[in-house]
Amino acid sequence: MSPELTDQTKKKIEEIASRYASKEAALLPVLHLVQHEKGFISQQEEKQVAHLLNIKPIKVKEVVTFYTMFNQKEVGKYHIQVCSNLSCSLLGSESLIDHLKNKLGIEIGETTSDKKFTLMTVECLGACEQAPCMMINFDYFGNLDKEKIDNILDNLE
Amino acid sequence: MTDKILTQHFGLENLFKIDVYLENKGYEAAKKALTDMKADEILEEVKAANLRGRGGAGFPAGVKWGFVPKDIEKPKYLCVNADEGEPGTFKDRYIMTHNPHLLIEGIIITSFCVGIHTAFIYIRGEYEAVALRLEQAISEAYDKDFLGESILGTGFKLDVYVHRGAGAYICGEETALLESLEGKRGNPRLKPPFPASVGLFGCPTVINNVETVSNIPSIILNGAAWFCQVGLPKDGGTRIFGVSGMVKKPGIYELPVGTNLKEIIIKHAGGMMEGKKLKAVIPGGMSAPILTAEEIDISMDFDSLVEAKSMLGSAAIIVIDEETSMLDVLRRVTKFYSHESCGQCTPCRIGNSWINKIVKRMADGNGKREDLDKIIQLANNMMGKTLCPLGDAAAMPVLSIIQKFRKELESYIPLGN
Ligand SMILES: Cc1cc2nc3c(=O)[nH]c(=O)nc-3n(C[C@H](O)[C@H](O)[C@H](O)COP(=O)(O)O)c2cc1C
Ligand code: SF4
Ligand code: FES
Repeated sequence: MSPELTDQTKKKIEEIASRYASKEAALLPVLHLVQHEKGFISQQEEKQVAHLLNIKPIKVKEVVTFYTMFNQKEVGKYHIQVCSNLSCSLLGSESLIDHLKNKLGIEIGETTSDKKFTLMTVECLGACEQAPCMMINFDYFGNLDKEKIDNILDNLE
Repeated sequence: MTDKILTQHFGLENLFKIDVYLENKGYEAAKKALTDMKADEILEEVKAANLRGRGGAGFPAGVKWGFVPKDIEKPKYLCVNADEGEPGTFKDRYIMTHNPHLLIEGIIITSFCVGIHTAFIYIRGEYEAVALRLEQAISEAYDKDFLGESILGTGFKLDVYVHRGAGAYICGEETALLESLEGKRGNPRLKPPFPASVGLFGCPTVINNVETVSNIPSIILNGAAWFCQVGLPKDGGTRIFGVSGMVKKPGIYELPVGTNLKEIIIKHAGGMMEGKKLKAVIPGGMSAPILTAEEIDISMDFDSLVEAKSMLGSAAIIVIDEETSMLDVLRRVTKFYSHESCGQCTPCRIGNSWINKIVKRMADGNGKREDLDKIIQLANNMMGKTLCPLGDAAAMPVLSIIQKFRKELESYIPLGN
């Protein structure tokens, strides 16, 4: 079970909620905040958020399961998301994904046993001019090739 | 005068800071609008400019604003669509990163014109750094009295908030965006009622794309006649064309509406990569029907592309080379839509996933002769039969790829199957 949200987070949640005509509208920003603090959104957090925003826990679950950016289980310290949409695939994203699978020894959707890396493929990241590209957590990396990927990953603590 | 409206000052260092923006005529249009103009005059100017929506559908912004009821007790809202999810599209990111105050200035004028006191910028969740940049710019604008209780002492009040999405393409559709902003799943709403009368929290709401709103300051400052003269009379101004794929210089190019597609690819984007030959172009984001290499001598404006049975959409140009298999293109396209369907209507939910399964099987080398006709049938069953335009957006590219590249696609079906 994860511990309670910090008071600071709770205060921030109140501030965000005041922007909207209904408290429920703060749900997405609040879930971002919680995920930022906890790494993922467990059933426990769903309940806490529901309580804070005065909505039913099922409403929170509906939203968490709809939006792909909300993690329902723990992800690695570095969440690698490689774009597999058209512009990136034209420029070779497929072979980069294979390279990452080999290098990390995991399949798409899996996390390395040391919990350092999670590998995912995603749809267009809105950075097609830098194809092929990926995100690691919230940082963008573009114009990738195998060497560049090795360099980036080897420099991560 | 230069033909660039949105990216004119992109070369300046720190343009995203309010001081640099102010040194370059920044917020002059907002001052003019709020102190010298009446709301009606602004609306007439925007209508006369024929500013067509840059988010995809090309609906005239002034006409849309005019639909908002004037004398109503309820609050009104502006939602700026910064979801930028259409594959191939990345232009709004450039505006928000390099010139966030231009967008804020557009928001101020739009809100003043329509009588709005709260605006939300709904930005895709992945653009975290861009959202931070916007928030900094907004806070600078508050400090300098361009936002807040009484903007420039005029008594006009406006608050602007950034609201982050969380990875769902469908939330770019305007009514799904409203649902998402209200803290729900992004399920599009049935229209009518249209958002202009019943939108966010049940109140009248204007929804416009980032690029659309960012064009407003120049129209106020230079006038509608000037704006039309930059582009076409019925489709004024510029477009930020985002070119990606197999070209030498992928990137954004702001050019007058009506610039020739061939010229954009060859002259501006540097032509094809070394040793590559052009095969096809998607001219307006993934939903736009594909054009063959022979069809790219075309004016990039809404009407010309409709005439060519495609669409200008978000003006995202994806360039495909000879070596690329159209079956692979079809696979990427159908995977995307089957992943992004919200699932509310059966033709879209089942149709897209079924089409994607057939295409995947074909790509695995197990295609059957009847497959292509089956896909056409499924796609036709989505066209015009769904709650939101995603059904059409998914069917159109699929149908066009099969129609124009049928021979090649058939060649991947094993003999005897
Ligand atoms: C499936 C779907 C996705 C869309 N995605 C976007 C988007 O990411 N950004 C955008 O501005 N418009 C998007 N649109 C268009 C919006 O629904 C709406 O027309 C637009 O925001 C209106 O602004 P405009 O008139 O200024 O273009 C999308 C439409 C559909 C059907
Ligand atoms: S057409 Fe597709 S995306 Fe649109 S409402 Fe129906 S199921 Fe959802
Ligand atoms: S296709 Fe990869 S970022 Fe757009």
